Amino acid sequence: MHDPGATGRFGDYGGRYVPEALIPACAEVEEAFRAAWADAAFRRDLDRLLTVYAGRPTALTPAWNLSAELGITVLLKREDLAHTGSHKINNVLGQALLARRMGRTRLLAETGAGQHGVATATAAALLGLSATVFMGSKDMARQALNVHRMRLLGAEVVEVTSGSRTLKDATSEAMRHWVTCVDEAYYCLGSVMGPHPYPWMVREFQRVIGEEARAQCAAELPAAIPDYVVACIGGGSNAAGTFAGFAGTAAKLVGVEAAGGAAISGGKVAVMHGHRSYAIQDEHGQILEAESVAAGLDYPGIGPEHAHLHELGRARYVTVTDAEVIDAVRRLARSEGILPALESAHAIAWVLRAARDGELPPGATVLITLSGRGDKDTTTLMEIP
Amino acid sequence: MNATTATGVAVGPRLRERRDAGRKLLVPYVTGGVSADWTDYLRAYADAGADAVEIGLPFSEPMIDGPTVQEASERALHRGATVRGVLADLRAARVDVPLIVMTYYHLVAREGHAEFCAALAEAGVRGLIVPDLPLEELAELEQATAAADVDLILVAAPSGAPSRLREIAARSRGFVYAMTAMVTTGERAELPASAAEFAARLKAHADLPVLLGFGISTPEHAVAGARAADGVVVASALMRGLLDGATPAESGAQVRALRAALDEVYG
Ligand SMILES: Cc1ncc(COP(=O)(O)O)c(C=O)c1O
Repeated sequence: MHDPGATGRFGDYGGRYVPEALIPACAEVEEAFRAAWADAAFRRDLDRLLTVYAGRPTALTPAWNLSAELGITVLLKREDLAHTGSHKINNVLGQALLARRMGRTRLLAETGAGQHGVATATAAALLGLSATVFMGSKDMARQALNVHRMRLLGAEVVEVTSGSRTLKDATSEAMRHWVTCVDEAYYCLGSVMGPHPYPWMVREFQRVIGEEARAQCAAELPAAIPDYVVACIGGGSNAAGTFAGFAGTAAKLVGVEAAGGAAISGGKVAVMHGHRSYAIQDEHGQILEAESVAAGLDYPGIGPEHAHLHELGRARYVTVTDAEVIDAVRRLARSEGILPALESAHAIAWVLRAARDGELPPGATVLITLSGRGDKDTTTLMEIP
Repeated sequence: MNATTATGVAVGPRLRERRDAGRKLLVPYVTGGVSADWTDYLRAYADAGADAVEIGLPFSEPMIDGPTVQEASERALHRGATVRGVLADLRAARVDVPLIVMTYYHLVAREGHAEFCAALAEAGVRGLIVPDLPLEELAELEQATAAADVDLILVAAPSGAPSRLREIAARSRGFVYAMTAMVTTGERAELPASAAEFAARLKAHADLPVLLGFGISTPEHAVAGARAADGVVVASALMRGLLDGATPAESGAQVRALRAALDEVYG
């Protein structure tokens, strides 16, 4: 998992497919990020915020009861314990510091489940920036709690009513809006997608998940490295950050997509939202609406580095159904006293299935990134019998 | 397929010839497949004095389009518009003005560059605009369009550094499409003064006609834009009318009014 260079390529994927109007803005973000990432003072500022504000390092919790039931060892990387309740804060603190360093006064963002929007609103409040968050009207309805949180934090939430009224259209709208305000606003993208340098930059900001987990696994496991590393995938940022910590090890990497939005298993190559990767599409090439109980995974595409890891065979991409996810939420809640986000429950669901099917052999060690907590999903869960 | 299959009116020569004769150029837009009778708008535009027509091939993720063109694209997709279907309609339409397709790169790449360009040329389309394909990614499509005798028209944005603007002017074919401002497509009350300044800056680099587009909504805007540029592209203002029920004749009248204003001031 390397620096994709000036062209922003991961093999055949990635790149910078945006209107000419946005090219200078992308180039400016790339240049600023390269300089900041090489600057020890920037790293120190970010590390300090991650520690004293976001609550890092997050715990690595053995799922004691579940492990006993399944006959394998399950370790949970607890991003649900990070401030604002998900891994999204890691990336946003990095990008918000970068925006401030670039002299920007406003953050723009898209959000699906609302976690990236909440993280953006939070960082904006902390650093004295304003925030405008684009969100599909369907997601606003099912993630009303997070809409309210963003507004309490002082962000403007813009309702997007075009297309599927979910994350895909919120992303398109945020990019269109960016064209109109590139001089004052910074586009704070929420996953490992979009035009170069975003897929790479967001992975670097999320790398902290994998690096912490790797050190924690070394202390926890006799073999130091887990056999499997599993994370859910919307655009793929928590997975990319987690995988980055294990890229050089023998651990098997597994990304879990929602069955109704399975870009790799069910999609084809597409150029969308600024990069070349996989996305689900109809026979005429129109991008399809993803369908998932988890708003944060309701995205028809996947970040370009994942497409590359898939092609290399370095990571495997699998799917689980909504029903399996609901079941996984209940299992984890009852067995460990942890209510996971619906997104994170995708990773749990695959592990439950793989353990049952024998795909995970008895005694296997499995690290699961628990990307967020489930409080935001309680109204959705209340509607499910 | 190769260049010999190209039909339709070539973009570059026609526009250059008219520009050199002192005429200000007018390029109206219609979304392909937006209505059952959508090609009647092409004919009405041509009859009203359009120098070329831009046709949008609708894509589900329109990165640079504002609400009006988005609505038109959604309507067209809802009606079942496809690349092949729109091109088949165009092939049957036989209009005597240069036809230019605007679409997003995904729809080009999934067909294959050469196949897509050959299909355009075969349908009588001799110009192509792909707004999400920047200079860095252009080479392959540049070759394919050239082989099919299709002009690849590049979009220049006011945010571009002088070196980029120079390169866009040098590599564009047919004409250079200059954005009036840092905006998405859409109707607008006023044309910013910076539009003319930008067009003048580009014209210094370009031997091709330079046309201003994005937000040109009224005959007054067209006249103001054409003062510094060689002409204008009008999309959302026409599509707004169409979406609100304007017939081909009524949209034709809108184009005729733009034409008359340009001819009156510059004729
Ligand atoms: C808790 C949680 N996990 C995962 C995701 C999916 O994003 P990514 O694939 O970028 O980690 C989201 C997105 O909203 C989320 O809120």
